Amino acid sequence: MPAVFSRAEIARIAALAHLELGEHEVELFADQLGDILGYANQLQPIDTTGVPPTSSVVIEDEGERADAVVPSVDREIALANAPDASLEVGLFRVPRVIG
Amino acid sequence: MTYEAVIGLEIHAQLQAGTKIFCGCSTVFGAPPNTHVCPVCLGFPGVLPVLNRSAVDLGIRAALALGCRINETSIFARKNYFYPDLPKGYQISQYEQPLASAGSVSFAMPDGPRRVGITRVHLEEDAGKSLHEGFPDSDRTTYVDFNRAGVPLIEIVTEPDLRSAADAAEFFSRLRAILVWLDVNDGNMDEGSLRCDANVSVRPAGTAALGTKAEVKNLNSFRFLQKALEFEIERQRALVGDGIRVVQETRLFDVSTGTTVSMRSKEEAHDYRYFPEPDLPPVRVSAERLAAVRERMIELPDARRQRFVAAFGLPEYDAAQLTQSRHSADFFEATVTAGAPAKTASNWIRGELARVLNDTGRSMADPPVSPTRLAELLRLVEAGTISGAIAKTVFEKMVVSADSAEAIVRRDGLTQIDDEGAIIALIADVLTRNTDAVAGYRAGKTATFGFLVGQVMKAAGGKANPKRVTELLKQALA
Repeated sequence: MPAVFSRAEIARIAALAHLELGEHEVELFADQLGDILGYANQLQPIDTTGVPPTSSVVIEDEGERADAVVPSVDREIALANAPDASLEVGLFRVPRVIG
Repeated sequence: MTYEAVIGLEIHAQLQAGTKIFCGCSTVFGAPPNTHVCPVCLGFPGVLPVLNRSAVDLGIRAALALGCRINETSIFARKNYFYPDLPKGYQISQYEQPLASAGSVSFAMPDGPRRVGITRVHLEEDAGKSLHEGFPDSDRTTYVDFNRAGVPLIEIVTEPDLRSAADAAEFFSRLRAILVWLDVNDGNMDEGSLRCDANVSVRPAGTAALGTKAEVKNLNSFRFLQKALEFEIERQRALVGDGIRVVQETRLFDVSTGTTVSMRSKEEAHDYRYFPEPDLPPVRVSAERLAAVRERMIELPDARRQRFVAAFGLPEYDAAQLTQSRHSADFFEATVTAGAPAKTASNWIRGELARVLNDTGRSMADPPVSPTRLAELLRLVEAGTISGAIAKTVFEKMVVSADSAEAIVRRDGLTQIDDEGAIIALIADVLTRNTDAVAGYRAGKTATFGFLVGQVMKAAGGKANPKRVTELLKQALA
């Protein structure tokens, strides 16, 4: 049974994600997220006593790396995909974020 | 009604690893902007973080020094928020299961001992640096440098155990000393390697419930921390005293006015939607690994201070001063090992050596005279070869040359005059030239004795053994 996501909940999640949703999108995502949550609810009755929670599916053998410097990328490359950047000063640029 | 302040601190300390926490980019400070960046720390799609082993070990070392329990398993989590200096849109931190928990730090204040609980120590990555000022278009543009993004940090969270601004400043200073001592952090607050935020509330003295807290940010010196807390405590006392509710909010310390100002109100409060980081396996600290980190731990400042008192018979004050940095403690111990008497070594390191370091702008990390050389000098004084006064002259010469104390004494003919005949001759000469003083002394003006000793020492070019001079002068005047 699908769980119900209220419009207010969708609006709040969208605001946290900095998304502006149209009317029909709010309906659409409410349904879709409701389905996902509904599926999770289906799993809830399963007895998981003694099963440790899975916080990662990364193979643990990957392990940790030695503290050795690896060359960084060229600055031109780093800045190349930025919507806005100053190549002269080598900085990314965004609309002013304070005051 | 009297109110008491309740303060807890959150300290972010950069770990002294050579590379970032999840990629191999260098952590060296001061590089040209965006030259220590790569797809991982820039948050490009499809990349995977891989944990820096040294960062974990440094975190464990710090946590052990703070008396924490190291958790066998800790889990990275994503802290989600949007800010231009956070390229992924989330910071990888630890949330429900931190690296370490439940420690404490004890220290003494003039009116008694203090104990501050450490709630947790967790690993996380630093954000980049936003530059809001200094560009022609700064009125509408923020510039961002990601060299710092991904630099390994530990966040140390204390229990709300502090009760005054002065206690908080002292605690922060102790904590810094421990982290620097252990090479976990470079202690450089100007460069932002060590940062402190404070949670402050007030409540009627003697009550247990916590008041509404404000979080004060931008406290990057001990003095700012103390000033900001003093202001904030007073501000909240005045509000509560007038029956006005304190608003839960983040406040920024304004250095120019010495006040705290509201940064954002509760309506905008973040919901970080933490969830376990799926790209990183849990951090596992095995018993073997913990033992290995423990083995590499060096003696902590407090233990060393106590040992200096017990093993070398130093006064508490000397021991506390010498253990303010590992370099000075090491220097002291090496000087004593090289044969200098402990108390004399302590006096010289805290006196003459400290003065020279101060005058020349050098530090104990790079002393102009080695412990062995200082011990040689002090042994010459101990053996009576030179006087303490001459030793200071010799020391000055040692600072600007590579010569040993013995070589300088020999070259400059500074050996102490111990010969009775020579000193008696000097005394006779001084007495004939200072008949007034002699008459004064004989008439009961005992203070002139010191003057006459000074005259004899002067005549001897400072080289006469002052003890012998005193003895022989007394005989001559008797």
